[in-house]
Amino acid sequence: MTDLQDSKLTEFEDNDQNPVGFGRMLRKEDARLLRGRGRFVDDVQLPGMLHLAILRSPFAHASIVSIDTSAAEASPGVKAVVTGETLKGLGLAWMPTLSNDVQAVLATDKVRFQGQEVAFVVAEDRYKARDALELIDVEYDVLEPVVDVRKSLAPDAPIIRTDLEGKADNHVFDWETGDEEETNRVFASADVVVKEDIVYPRVHPAPMETCGSVADFDPVEGRLRLWSTTQAPHAHRTLYAIVAGLPEHKIQVIAPDIGGGFGNKVPIYPGYVLSIVGSIVTGKPVKWMEDRSENLISTGFARDYIMRAEIAATREGKILAIRTNVLADHGAFNGTAAPVKYPAGFFGVFTGSYDIQAAHCKMTAVYTNKAPGGVAYACSFRITEAVYLVERIVDTLAYELQMDPAELRLKNFIQPDQFPYTTKTGWVYDSGNYEPTMRLAMEMAGYDELRKEQAEKRARGELMGIGIAFFTEAVGAGPRKNMDILGLGMADGCELRVHPTGKAVVRLSVKTQGQGHETTFAQIIAEELGIPPADIDVLHGDTDNTPFGLGTYGSRSTPVSGAAAALVARKVRDKARLIASAMLEVSVADLDWVKGAFQVKGDPGKSVTIQEIAFRAHGAGDLPDGVEGGLEAQICYNPSNLTYPHGAYICVVDIDPGTAEVKVRRFIAVDDCGTRINPMIIEGQVHGGLTDGVGMALMEMISFDEDGNCLGASLMDYLIPTALEVPDWETGYTVTPSPHHPIGAKGVGESATVGSPPAIVNAVVDALKPFGVRHADMPLTPSRVWDAMRGQATPPI
Amino acid sequence: MQVPAPFEYERATSVDQAIGLLERLGSSARLVAGGHSLLPMMKLRLANFEYLIDINDLHGELGYIRLSDDEVRIGAMTRHRELLESDVLAGVFPIFRDAERVIADPVVRNRGTLGGSLCQADPSEDLSAVCTTLDASCVIRGPGGAERVVTMEEFHVGPYETAVADNEILTEIRLPRKSFKVGSAYAKVERRAGDWAVVSSGAAVWLDAGRIVDARVGLAAVGPNTTGIPEISAALRGHEPSEELYRLAGAIAARSCDPVTDTRGSADYKRHLADELTRRTLRTAVERARS
Ligand SMILES: Cc1cc2nc3c(=O)[nH]c(=O)nc-3n(C[C@H](O)[C@H](O)[C@H](O)COP(=O)(O)OP(=O)(O)OC[C@H]3O[C@@H](n4cnc5c(N)ncnc54)[C@H](O)[C@@H]3O)c2cc1C
Repeated sequence: MTDLQDSKLTEFEDNDQNPVGFGRMLRKEDARLLRGRGRFVDDVQLPGMLHLAILRSPFAHASIVSIDTSAAEASPGVKAVVTGETLKGLGLAWMPTLSNDVQAVLATDKVRFQGQEVAFVVAEDRYKARDALELIDVEYDVLEPVVDVRKSLAPDAPIIRTDLEGKADNHVFDWETGDEEETNRVFASADVVVKEDIVYPRVHPAPMETCGSVADFDPVEGRLRLWSTTQAPHAHRTLYAIVAGLPEHKIQVIAPDIGGGFGNKVPIYPGYVLSIVGSIVTGKPVKWMEDRSENLISTGFARDYIMRAEIAATREGKILAIRTNVLADHGAFNGTAAPVKYPAGFFGVFTGSYDIQAAHCKMTAVYTNKAPGGVAYACSFRITEAVYLVERIVDTLAYELQMDPAELRLKNFIQPDQFPYTTKTGWVYDSGNYEPTMRLAMEMAGYDELRKEQAEKRARGELMGIGIAFFTEAVGAGPRKNMDILGLGMADGCELRVHPTGKAVVRLSVKTQGQGHETTFAQIIAEELGIPPADIDVLHGDTDNTPFGLGTYGSRSTPVSGAAAALVARKVRDKARLIASAMLEVSVADLDWVKGAFQVKGDPGKSVTIQEIAFRAHGAGDLPDGVEGGLEAQICYNPSNLTYPHGAYICVVDIDPGTAEVKVRRFIAVDDCGTRINPMIIEGQVHGGLTDGVGMALMEMISFDEDGNCLGASLMDYLIPTALEVPDWETGYTVTPSPHHPIGAKGVGESATVGSPPAIVNAVVDALKPFGVRHADMPLTPSRVWDAMRGQATPPI
Repeated sequence: MQVPAPFEYERATSVDQAIGLLERLGSSARLVAGGHSLLPMMKLRLANFEYLIDINDLHGELGYIRLSDDEVRIGAMTRHRELLESDVLAGVFPIFRDAERVIADPVVRNRGTLGGSLCQADPSEDLSAVCTTLDASCVIRGPGGAERVVTMEEFHVGPYETAVADNEILTEIRLPRKSFKVGSAYAKVERRAGDWAVVSSGAAVWLDAGRIVDARVGLAAVGPNTTGIPEISAALRGHEPSEELYRLAGAIAARSCDPVTDTRGSADYKRHLADELTRRTLRTAVERARS
């Protein structure tokens, strides 16, 4: 066994610098996770615990004629069999979605997507529960499904949401942003207009750990404990209170270690609710853990936007306007996780990093017979789609103008002195300095040499492509004046307590799913108080011992909760200053803060450390007038704006002209997320996101056959990339702090997932330039690239 | 976790004991070798069997690669990993190492077996294409020690169907060696490492005095079963290898196969790959035969 401590590996030396504050250090949580000591939902074992399995619809659209559960009930070890009819009696057959729609907990009237929940069994073990499912006899009357989103609004399309009174079509919402008239005017007088239909296919977050829960309802106390795979434990608790009518103070939601979320664990799924019902019905703890296929076919998907994009420019390459028309497939229930006022999330940032004159977007969202969702799959609320749209359409403009895509971007960037910059769709970019980021990426890539190499290769008939994407994200939702989820403001609480010996515990409202909160937040407190990260415990995930807040998704933890952590530490420091002044017998104004201690101005020999102050705060002896004992503080932070990280990505691909296989040879990612707390964690986030991007660009897609059968029900069918598909990532950074964030940090969790797909697609399309290819849709599988080479590129749906 | 339906399980102690169990239990029983095809199907409940007879303890008896002057014999329980790592096998038929490098992943290769691969008879299965390319014959043993030897064409009855009866076991694969210079190669296009083939092709070429005395091509994922294409062999025999000849072989491959459009690719693309990969593997096989 190699011991981490003894390792002489240089990477570890590089990382293990034990900074008291920002800097590289190994993740505090890794010792536990790497040694198999993590505790995930499926590790929870309670005395007498039963197991729940869900019967799911085999059809995309069908009426339920009858359900016979008698054989299942008689099956050995079965404790309960519950159908939608039973739930209806309890008023629990439907629940609200994150977008104020309703979703069936168990189907009553009809099933609306393949994989929808129809009934459940609770039994002594997982096997018996699963066996009993086969004994439930459901008679269906199969209905015509709506599979092709383009046909969902056809007059003769079958109506999916017959449950909604008076609903006579499959329309969900229309949404618009920007100035249509002005945009049309600019388009009408532009030298060049390029139009392209761009599809961002339906993909799945596919976290390693599937969704699940353990519900333990105590009928005597009326208390519910729920361990669940949730990215937002507090928001979930409030929603359970509202849906199930249980008093909120009697509900404890515990998110233990989470094996990846990527937005998949933001919504409340019927399975969670069913485990609660199961526990109430049987009086025992009940575990539900979905299997891989259930996760892929029924839980929150992402994307699924069909976008018509248009860009207007001068002949010299000055971009004037962008407009788009989007058809959004929301599946059978509108389960999109987005602030209420933003039904299309933050798609409004589709104007990108460019200073333009006008922009307009019109969107129509519709129902289809597919799984609901539209979650923030590493996309910070639809920014992935927006960035893909603008970075793809800018490349088509470069193609038409025969201009270098890097030069075109450089020519159109918002300039540093224009920040804060209000976009034509009303977003206020807090800070940015784009050109140095772009130049650094080009320098790291050796851009000019790459273009030379490409020219030589083209002359020999070889296919090499260079793709660029430059993104600006809007992350850290968000100001409570206009951002909420189902009426809950998107602020975050934080509590910090320094113990008498100077160790500390910080309690967060956000929840890590692998992002490294236990390290990053310890480092934020360390930076502010000078207490080593090893001495700071980070608690999160349990609603009984953490403050209220909206959870981790949309890259919001550092922008919102990270700010809360810094500010709560400053509150503690302010109090420590009062105590220090008493200890040193000088006035507060005569104290200097040097990380970890207060010093008498001009007399560095006279100082007290934060640890000494902590002991005094809890110790015997008087404290200054008006100062209470203890050293702790709490805060609820409401961000004044989002943060706007940016980045420049360059991808180099080679395509085998004979087989059309794409190889990502190099990928250069320069990220600017403002102040960098732990560069190793940032790089880890970037590496993961880039890998994700390779998946989406080259292989991932949840597709359906014409009957609405999901064709991606296993990881043999729904491909996610492996180490063999990705190059050695080359990462770099620039630092443009956020002016309104206490430590200047911006979010970075999703940057790479947002920025990499357009870079890769742009590279593939660039490689195919000799064939006259201007656009090809993801996923760029060998077969689809081959189609593009022959001038037959088709949309994937 | 996906969980299978209930089944009973027994570990076989010898080939004949396993056959005895199969004889008694009939079609309700299945052998489990590496389990990497069978168990996923059972966990997805696409296949339910009442009895599993585990033959992993027979690895000592059925796990081997034996080389003689006129043939190579490989036991049915030989694992992917052993095929990958065998220098002896790579020396004679490098097509095995080529193929094993692109079959599944190390976890699957540590357990999955040659016998299981062939008996699964998945149309996309790579080792069947390799065996077809090398003109393998399959040794099948039944009750009372009765053994029969069948060709690959006879072995594959249809997709997921083989000549092995409910009470029989595939014990060995025999690959003939000829007294000529031989080269072989395998190529596969996959959407991602570890994925099943979009299309793959194996080729083997036997040369005498610079001329092709025999050549064989085996394709996977382009029809109901892996396809050996006699027309290619006929077209190549007696000629000196040349790009033109490979093109001809590729064209025959493309027109003789029968692919379908699915999420791995369009039928047209697969036909194109049959052509492209046939040319590539023939070219490499000839280079190897010459060196
Ligand atoms: C993730 C993954 C990726 C894969 N990728 C590929 C790939 O790229 N290419 C590829 O070719 N394969 C691939 N496979 C399949 C893999 O190679 C399997 O292991 C192999 O096909 C079956 O071998 P096994 O020993 O595991 O057979 P098992 O699963 O044990 O058995 C398969 C069938 O053969 C029968 N059987 C087994 N041995 C005998 C015998 N001696 N006599 C009679 N019947 C027998 C069993 O009863 C069963 O019906 C993949 C599998 C997985 C799980």
